[in-house]
Amino acid sequence: MIPISHVFVLSGLLFSVGLLGILVRRNVLLILLSVEIMLNAASLSFIAGSSLHGEVQGQISAFFVMVIAAAEVTIGLAVAVLLFREKGAVDTNEIRWLKG
Amino acid sequence: METFLFYFFSAVALIGATFVITVSRPIRALLALIAAMFALAVIYILLGAAFVAMVHLIVYAGAVLVLFLFVIMLQGIGARDIPARARFAGGFLALSTFVGTSFFAGLIFILGTVPLPPAKGVEGPVETIGSLLFQNYLLPFELTSILLLLGVFAAIALAKKDEP
Repeated sequence: MIPISHVFVLSGLLFSVGLLGILVRRNVLLILLSVEIMLNAASLSFIAGSSLHGEVQGQISAFFVMVIAAAEVTIGLAVAVLLFREKGAVDTNEIRWLKG
Repeated sequence: METFLFYFFSAVALIGATFVITVSRPIRALLALIAAMFALAVIYILLGAAFVAMVHLIVYAGAVLVLFLFVIMLQGIGARDIPARARFAGGFLALSTFVGTSFFAGLIFILGTVPLPPAKGVEGPVETIGSLLFQNYLLPFELTSILLLLGVFAAIALAKKDEP
């Protein structure tokens, strides 16, 4: 039997790695990938909680997290493509000046 | 055996995630993330969530990350090597590492103060998940379909070239 607290530690580690990636990387695509890591860490902890309490509800929450991640990725990638088309760059240092 | 598999695949997932935030080419970061996703799916199965693991593989490794792959390979967004100096935001790295590690330490501290009951373990048969999803969680389920529809609209509206 897997110790559940270790699963929570793994989920926390993954979340911290994703947070670090968002703070450190400057490529928009890699920032989106780091968001994916964080979402996955959250859904891993949902599934660990489901296994801890013997309920299926946690797995359903993980399912919803997945749907939201899919929607988020579609819009994020569209924005990244648009940025690349307009400015020719996806580096956050080069897209400092926004209008409006 | 189960425990060994868990530790092995959690190591794979962690190494993959670390590669994502350190490697120089976006395409390699993406492939490392796909490896991490597969490892996570194995961990889901070990935790008794076989259905979620399969959906995870189909949606993430099959759809989301392939979408990323298309964007990187077809549009050429950041397909070049990024030199290490441009990869990380200089002196900002120390501050970010501090934020990341202190966040992790906080999580571990919270986890240490809460006593966990012994795990009951769960089998997540598809029948149970399906009936819960279409009975108790019908409204959120329908709302997610509206969310996905709006995502499609937004993506089309954003990516469409302006007509003259």
